[in-house]
Amino acid sequence: MPRVKIARKSTATDMTAMCDVAFLLLTFFILTSKFRTEDPVPVDIPGYTKTILLPEENVATLTIGSGKVFFGVEGQPIRKQMLEEVGKLYNITFTPEESAVFEVLPEFGMPIGQLKGYLDMDPDARKKVVQTGIPTDSVSNQLFNWVREARKADVAINQKALLIAIKGDSKQEYPTIKTVINILQKQKVNKFSLITALKTAPK
Amino acid sequence: MAELDTSGGGKHKGGKVRSKKSSMRVDLTAMVDLAFLLITFFMLTTTLMKAKAMDMAMPDKDEQHDQLPVPATRTMTILLGSQNKLEWYMGETGKSAPTVDNFGKNGLRKALLDNKDHVMSTHGGQPMIVLIKPSDKSTYADFVEALDELNIAGIDIHAVVDITDPEIADLKKNGLY
Repeated sequence: MPRVKIARKSTATDMTAMCDVAFLLLTFFILTSKFRTEDPVPVDIPGYTKTILLPEENVATLTIGSGKVFFGVEGQPIRKQMLEEVGKLYNITFTPEESAVFEVLPEFGMPIGQLKGYLDMDPDARKKVVQTGIPTDSVSNQLFNWVREARKADVAINQKALLIAIKGDSKQEYPTIKTVINILQKQKVNKFSLITALKTAPK
Repeated sequence: MAELDTSGGGKHKGGKVRSKKSSMRVDLTAMVDLAFLLITFFMLTTTLMKAKAMDMAMPDKDEQHDQLPVPATRTMTILLGSQNKLEWYMGETGKSAPTVDNFGKNGLRKALLDNKDHVMSTHGGQPMIVLIKPSDKSTYADFVEALDELNIAGIDIHAVVDITDPEIADLKKNGLY
Protein backbone atom coordinates (compact mmCIF):
# COMPACT_ATOMS: atom_id res chain seq x y z
CA MET A 1 0.00 0.00 0.00
CA PRO A 2 1.34 3.30 -0.88
CA ARG A 3 1.60 5.64 2.00
CA VAL A 4 -0.38 8.82 1.80
CA LYS A 5 2.17 11.49 2.03
CA ILE A 6 1.09 14.64 3.72
CA ALA A 7 2.77 17.53 2.13
CA ARG A 8 4.67 19.51 4.71
CA LYS A 9 3.56 23.07 4.62
CA SER A 10 5.84 25.78 5.77
CA THR A 11 4.52 27.49 8.88
CA ALA A 12 6.41 30.67 8.23
CA THR A 13 3.96 33.46 7.55
CA ASP A 14 4.76 36.71 5.95
CA MET A 15 5.54 39.06 8.79
CA THR A 16 6.27 42.12 6.72
CA ALA A 17 2.86 43.71 7.03
CA MET A 18 2.62 42.98 10.71
CA CYS A 19 6.05 44.40 11.23
CA ASP A 20 5.07 47.55 9.38
CA VAL A 21 1.99 48.05 11.49
CA ALA A 22 3.87 47.33 14.69
CA PHE A 23 6.52 49.89 13.96
CA LEU A 24 4.00 52.44 12.83
CA LEU A 25 2.19 52.14 16.14
CA LEU A 26 5.46 52.14 17.99
CA THR A 27 6.52 55.38 16.36
CA PHE A 28 3.17 56.90 17.19
CA PHE A 29 3.35 55.98 20.84
CA ILE A 30 6.94 57.08 21.19
CA LEU A 31 6.15 60.45 19.70
CA THR A 32 3.00 61.03 21.71
CA SER A 33 4.28 59.76 25.03
CA LYS A 34 5.46 62.17 27.59
CA PHE A 35 7.69 60.87 30.25
CA ARG A 36 6.90 61.22 33.86
CA THR A 37 8.60 64.21 35.33
CA GLU A 38 10.00 63.48 38.69
CA ASP A 39 8.47 65.33 41.58
CA PRO A 40 10.88 67.53 43.50
CA VAL A 41 9.43 66.21 46.74
CA PRO A 42 7.80 62.86 47.34
CA VAL A 43 4.11 63.41 46.80
CA ASP A 44 1.46 60.86 47.62
CA ILE A 45 -1.71 62.12 46.05
CA PRO A 46 -5.04 61.42 47.76
CA GLY A 47 -7.84 59.48 46.12
CA TYR A 48 -11.14 60.77 44.88
CA THR A 49 -14.04 58.86 43.39
CA LYS A 50 -14.92 61.17 40.53
CA THR A 51 -12.03 62.53 38.55
CA ILE A 52 -11.65 64.31 35.27
CA LEU A 53 -8.66 64.13 32.98
CA LEU A 54 -6.41 67.10 33.19
CA PRO A 55 -5.64 68.68 29.82
CA GLU A 56 -2.11 68.49 28.51
CA GLU A 57 -1.78 72.14 27.76
CA ASN A 58 -2.67 75.34 29.54
CA VAL A 59 -1.94 73.81 32.88
CA ALA A 60 0.13 75.09 35.72
CA THR A 61 0.91 72.73 38.54
CA LEU A 62 1.53 73.71 42.12
CA THR A 63 3.18 70.83 43.90
CA ILE A 64 2.93 70.97 47.66
CA GLY A 65 4.82 68.60 49.88
CA SER A 66 6.97 68.74 53.03
CA GLY A 67 5.72 72.27 53.57
CA LYS A 68 7.30 73.46 50.33
CA VAL A 69 5.65 74.76 47.23
CA PHE A 70 6.90 74.11 43.72
CA PHE A 71 5.61 75.65 40.55
CA GLY A 72 5.59 74.41 37.01
CA VAL A 73 3.75 75.43 33.89
CA GLU A 74 3.35 73.66 30.55
CA GLY A 75 4.84 75.16 27.45
CA GLN A 76 8.30 76.56 26.86
CA PRO A 77 7.27 79.95 25.43
CA ILE A 78 5.10 80.54 28.48
CA ARG A 79 7.89 79.65 30.84
CA LYS A 80 10.27 81.95 29.01
CA GLN A 81 7.96 84.91 29.15
CA MET A 82 7.04 84.21 32.74
CA LEU A 83 10.69 84.19 33.81
CA GLU A 84 11.33 87.44 31.99
CA GLU A 85 8.37 89.20 33.56
CA VAL A 86 8.99 87.93 37.07
CA GLY A 87 12.64 88.91 36.70
CA LYS A 88 11.56 92.43 35.83
CA LEU A 89 9.47 92.66 38.98
CA TYR A 90 12.45 91.79 41.15
CA ASN A 91 15.03 93.63 39.00
CA ILE A 92 16.81 90.47 37.97
CA THR A 93 17.77 89.93 34.36
CA PHE A 94 18.32 86.41 33.18
CA THR A 95 20.79 85.65 30.40
CA PRO A 96 19.57 83.71 27.35
CA GLU A 97 21.47 80.67 28.66
CA GLU A 98 19.69 80.81 31.98
CA SER A 99 16.40 81.30 30.24
CA ALA A 100 17.06 78.26 28.07
CA VAL A 101 17.77 76.18 31.16
CA PHE A 102 14.63 77.44 32.82
CA GLU A 103 12.51 76.61 29.78
CA VAL A 104 13.20 72.90 30.05
CA LEU A 105 12.89 72.77 33.81
CA PRO A 106 9.66 70.93 34.61
CA GLU A 107 9.14 72.34 38.05
CA PHE A 108 11.14 74.51 40.33
CA GLY A 109 11.00 75.70 43.88
CA MET A 110 13.63 78.33 44.52
CA PRO A 111 13.35 81.81 45.92
CA ILE A 112 13.82 84.32 43.13
CA GLY A 113 17.09 85.57 44.64
CA GLN A 114 18.67 82.13 44.41
CA LEU A 115 17.13 81.16 41.09
CA LYS A 116 19.88 82.72 39.00
CA GLY A 117 22.58 80.82 40.80
CA TYR A 118 20.55 77.66 40.55
CA LEU A 119 20.17 78.02 36.79
CA ASP A 120 23.89 78.68 36.36
CA MET A 121 24.87 75.36 37.90
CA ASP A 122 25.75 72.44 35.71
CA PRO A 123 22.98 69.85 35.42
CA ASP A 124 24.55 67.30 37.76
CA ALA A 125 25.09 69.80 40.53
CA ARG A 126 21.57 71.12 40.05
CA LYS A 127 20.09 67.70 40.65
CA LYS A 128 21.79 67.48 44.02
CA VAL A 129 20.52 70.81 45.27
CA VAL A 130 17.65 70.49 47.70
CA GLN A 131 15.17 73.10 46.59
CA THR A 132 13.71 75.20 49.34
CA GLY A 133 10.36 75.89 47.74
CA ILE A 134 8.94 79.17 46.53
CA PRO A 135 8.32 81.61 49.39
CA THR A 136 4.61 82.03 50.01
CA ASP A 137 4.79 84.99 52.37
CA SER A 138 2.94 88.12 51.42
CA VAL A 139 5.98 90.39 51.89
CA SER A 140 7.94 89.28 48.86
CA ASN A 141 4.80 87.88 47.24
CA GLN A 142 6.84 85.53 45.06
CA LEU A 143 4.38 82.71 44.49
CA PHE A 144 1.68 85.25 43.79
CA ASN A 145 3.80 86.85 41.10
CA TRP A 146 4.85 83.58 39.50
CA VAL A 147 1.26 82.44 39.17
CA ARG A 148 0.14 85.83 37.98
CA GLU A 149 2.81 86.12 35.32
CA ALA A 150 2.19 82.56 34.19
CA ARG A 151 -1.47 83.37 33.73
CA LYS A 152 -0.66 86.55 31.86
CA ALA A 153 1.83 84.79 29.61
CA ASP A 154 -0.66 82.05 28.87
CA VAL A 155 -3.35 84.50 27.93
CA ALA A 156 -0.90 86.36 25.71
CA ILE A 157 0.41 83.27 23.95
CA ASN A 158 -2.46 80.80 23.93
CA GLN A 159 -5.41 83.17 24.34
CA LYS A 160 -6.79 80.82 26.93
CA ALA A 161 -7.26 80.97 30.63
CA LEU A 162 -4.63 79.00 32.48
CA LEU A 163 -5.91 76.09 34.50
CA ILE A 164 -4.27 75.78 37.86
CA ALA A 165 -3.87 72.38 39.42
CA ILE A 166 -2.77 71.70 42.94
CA LYS A 167 -0.87 68.51 43.57
CA GLY A 168 -0.71 68.06 47.28
CA ASP A 169 0.80 65.39 49.44
CA SER A 170 -1.69 63.46 51.56
CA LYS A 171 0.31 64.00 54.70
CA GLN A 172 0.63 67.71 54.14
CA GLU A 173 -0.97 69.71 56.89
CA TYR A 174 -3.75 72.02 55.83
CA PRO A 175 -2.21 75.46 56.59
CA THR A 176 0.20 75.25 53.65
CA ILE A 177 -2.64 74.30 51.33
CA LYS A 178 -4.68 77.16 52.72
CA THR A 179 -1.87 79.64 52.09
CA VAL A 180 -1.66 78.54 48.48
CA ILE A 181 -5.43 78.66 48.01
CA ASN A 182 -5.46 82.14 49.52
CA ILE A 183 -2.77 83.26 47.08
CA LEU A 184 -4.88 81.97 44.21
CA GLN A 185 -8.01 83.59 45.56
CA LYS A 186 -6.22 86.87 45.93
CA GLN A 187 -5.91 86.98 42.17
CA LYS A 188 -9.49 85.84 41.77
CA VAL A 189 -8.72 82.29 40.83
CA ASN A 190 -11.66 80.70 42.56
CA LYS A 191 -11.79 77.62 40.42
CA PHE A 192 -8.91 75.25 40.21
CA SER A 193 -8.23 71.54 40.12
CA LEU A 194 -6.83 69.23 42.73
CA ILE A 195 -4.79 66.42 41.27
CA THR A 196 -6.08 63.17 42.71
CA ALA A 197 -5.86 59.49 42.01
CA LEU A 198 -8.97 57.68 40.94
CA LYS A 199 -10.52 55.69 43.75
CA THR A 200 -13.30 53.18 43.26
CA ALA A 201 -16.50 54.26 44.90
CA PRO A 202 -17.36 52.03 47.82
CA LYS A 203 -20.93 50.84 47.92
CA MET B 1 14.63 29.96 10.66
CA ALA B 2 16.05 32.76 8.63
CA GLU B 3 15.82 32.02 4.99
CA LEU B 4 18.24 33.84 2.91
CA ASP B 5 18.54 32.54 -0.55
CA THR B 6 21.84 33.48 -1.95
CA SER B 7 21.69 31.27 -4.98
CA GLY B 8 20.77 32.47 -8.37
CA GLY B 9 22.04 35.25 -10.40
CA GLY B 10 24.89 33.14 -11.66
CA LYS B 11 26.06 33.39 -15.21
CA HIS B 12 24.79 30.74 -17.48
CA LYS B 13 26.75 29.31 -20.24
CA GLY B 14 25.76 31.08 -23.38
CA GLY B 15 22.27 32.36 -23.80
CA LYS B 16 20.67 35.15 -21.85
CA VAL B 17 21.64 36.22 -18.41
CA ARG B 18 18.60 35.19 -16.51
CA SER B 19 18.37 36.53 -13.03
CA LYS B 20 16.82 33.84 -10.98
CA LYS B 21 14.01 34.87 -8.70
CA SER B 22 15.60 34.96 -5.36
CA SER B 23 13.55 34.90 -2.21
CA MET B 24 15.00 37.46 0.11
CA ARG B 25 12.93 36.47 3.07
CA VAL B 26 14.25 37.42 6.42
CA ASP B 27 12.53 36.05 9.46
CA LEU B 28 10.74 38.95 11.05
CA THR B 29 9.26 37.16 14.04
CA ALA B 30 11.77 38.41 16.55
CA MET B 31 11.53 41.94 15.26
CA VAL B 32 7.75 41.94 15.46
CA ASP B 33 7.94 40.54 18.96
CA LEU B 34 10.18 43.34 20.03
CA ALA B 35 8.07 45.96 18.35
CA PHE B 36 4.92 44.79 20.07
CA LEU B 37 6.66 44.64 23.39
CA LEU B 38 7.67 48.27 23.03
CA ILE B 39 4.19 49.24 21.86
CA THR B 40 2.70 47.67 24.94
CA PHE B 41 5.15 49.55 27.11
CA PHE B 42 4.49 52.90 25.54
CA MET B 43 0.76 52.37 25.49
CA LEU B 44 0.65 51.59 29.17
CA THR B 45 2.91 54.41 30.20
CA THR B 46 1.05 57.03 28.21
CA THR B 47 -2.38 56.15 29.54
CA LEU B 48 -1.12 55.93 33.08
CA MET B 49 0.63 59.25 32.88
CA LYS B 50 -2.45 61.34 32.27
CA ALA B 51 -3.00 63.28 35.42
CA LYS B 52 -6.44 63.01 36.87
CA ALA B 53 -7.93 65.79 38.83
CA MET B 54 -11.03 67.01 40.54
CA ASP B 55 -12.55 70.40 40.11
CA MET B 56 -12.66 72.67 43.05
CA ALA B 57 -14.46 75.95 43.40
CA MET B 58 -13.98 78.29 46.30
CA PRO B 59 -16.45 80.99 47.26
CA ASP B 60 -15.51 84.42 46.01
CA LYS B 61 -13.92 86.34 48.83
CA ASP B 62 -14.44 89.88 47.64
CA GLU B 63 -18.04 89.78 46.63
CA GLN B 64 -20.06 90.90 49.55
CA HIS B 65 -23.21 91.47 47.60
CA ASP B 66 -25.52 88.94 46.02
CA GLN B 67 -25.10 86.54 48.87
CA LEU B 68 -28.23 84.91 50.07
CA PRO B 69 -28.91 84.36 53.71
CA VAL B 70 -29.13 80.68 54.45
CA PRO B 71 -31.20 79.16 57.22
CA ALA B 72 -28.83 77.72 59.79
CA THR B 73 -31.05 74.71 60.27
CA ARG B 74 -30.18 73.58 56.78
CA THR B 75 -26.45 73.73 57.26
CA MET B 76 -24.20 71.04 58.50
CA THR B 77 -20.71 71.99 59.56
CA ILE B 78 -17.81 69.55 59.39
CA LEU B 79 -14.72 70.35 61.43
CA LEU B 80 -11.59 68.50 60.40
CA GLY B 81 -9.31 67.71 63.30
CA SER B 82 -6.11 65.77 63.75
CA GLN B 83 -5.65 61.98 63.65
CA ASN B 84 -8.01 61.65 60.68
CA LYS B 85 -10.99 62.47 62.84
CA LEU B 86 -13.69 65.04 62.47
CA GLU B 87 -16.58 66.63 64.24
CA TRP B 88 -19.85 67.65 62.77
CA TYR B 89 -22.89 69.52 63.95
CA MET B 90 -26.09 70.88 62.53
CA GLY B 91 -27.15 74.47 62.70
CA GLU B 92 -25.32 77.30 64.38
CA THR B 93 -22.06 77.09 66.23
CA GLY B 94 -22.46 76.27 69.92
CA LYS B 95 -26.17 75.58 69.68
CA SER B 96 -25.84 71.85 69.36
CA ALA B 97 -23.08 69.61 70.63
CA PRO B 98 -20.80 68.37 67.85
CA THR B 99 -20.47 64.67 67.20
CA VAL B 100 -16.98 63.23 66.94
CA ASP B 101 -16.83 60.95 63.96
CA ASN B 102 -14.54 59.04 61.67
CA PHE B 103 -14.24 59.06 57.93
CA GLY B 104 -15.69 56.11 56.12
CA LYS B 105 -18.84 54.18 55.59
CA ASN B 106 -20.29 54.17 59.07
CA GLY B 107 -18.88 57.53 60.03
CA LEU B 108 -19.17 60.65 57.96
CA ARG B 109 -21.00 59.05 55.05
CA LYS B 110 -23.81 57.77 57.23
CA ALA B 111 -24.07 61.10 59.02
CA LEU B 112 -24.20 62.97 55.73
CA LEU B 113 -26.90 60.76 54.25
CA ASP B 114 -28.99 60.82 57.44
CA ASN B 115 -28.76 64.58 57.78
CA LYS B 116 -29.46 65.07 54.11
CA ASP B 117 -32.67 63.09 54.34
CA HIS B 118 -33.64 64.81 57.55
CA VAL B 119 -33.15 68.29 56.10
CA MET B 120 -35.01 67.28 52.95
CA SER B 121 -38.02 66.09 54.92
CA THR B 122 -38.17 68.99 57.38
CA HIS B 123 -37.55 71.76 54.87
CA GLY B 124 -39.88 70.67 52.12
CA GLY B 125 -37.29 69.18 49.79
CA GLN B 126 -34.72 71.94 50.06
CA PRO B 127 -31.17 70.65 49.92
CA MET B 128 -28.71 70.61 52.76
CA ILE B 129 -25.73 72.94 52.76
CA VAL B 130 -22.42 71.67 54.06
CA LEU B 131 -19.59 73.79 55.36
CA ILE B 132 -16.17 72.23 55.63
CA LYS B 133 -13.85 73.84 58.12
CA PRO B 134 -10.40 72.32 58.09
CA SER B 135 -8.37 73.09 61.19
CA ASP B 136 -4.64 73.71 61.07
CA LYS B 137 -3.99 70.21 62.35
CA SER B 138 -5.87 68.43 59.60
CA THR B 139 -4.12 66.98 56.59
CA TYR B 140 -4.71 67.48 52.91
CA ALA B 141 -5.85 63.86 52.61
CA ASP B 142 -8.63 64.51 55.15
CA PHE B 143 -9.70 67.55 53.23
CA VAL B 144 -9.97 65.65 49.95
CA GLU B 145 -11.61 62.73 51.71
CA ALA B 146 -14.29 65.03 53.14
CA LEU B 147 -14.97 66.48 49.70
CA ASP B 148 -15.13 62.96 48.36
CA GLU B 149 -17.73 61.95 50.92
CA LEU B 150 -19.85 64.93 49.89
CA ASN B 151 -19.53 63.81 46.32
CA ILE B 152 -20.56 60.26 47.19
CA ALA B 153 -23.49 61.51 49.24
CA GLY B 154 -24.56 63.70 46.34
CA ILE B 155 -24.44 66.98 48.18
CA ASP B 156 -23.89 69.73 45.65
CA ILE B 157 -23.91 72.79 47.84
CA HIS B 158 -20.82 72.97 49.93
CA ALA B 159 -18.17 75.48 50.81
CA VAL B 160 -14.77 75.47 52.42
CA VAL B 161 -14.69 78.07 55.16
CA ASP B 162 -12.11 79.18 57.69
CA ILE B 163 -12.45 77.69 61.12
CA THR B 164 -13.42 79.91 64.06
CA ASP B 165 -11.99 80.05 67.57
CA PRO B 166 -14.92 78.46 69.42
CA GLU B 167 -14.73 75.56 67.01
CA ILE B 168 -11.00 75.14 67.57
CA ALA B 169 -11.70 75.17 71.30
CA ASP B 170 -14.21 72.43 70.82
CA LEU B 171 -11.77 70.33 68.83
CA LYS B 172 -9.22 70.84 71.58
CA LYS B 173 -11.73 69.68 74.16
CA ASN B 174 -12.15 66.44 72.27
CA GLY B 175 -8.42 66.02 71.81
CA LEU B 176 -8.44 66.55 68.06
CA TYR B 177 -6.28 69.61 67.84
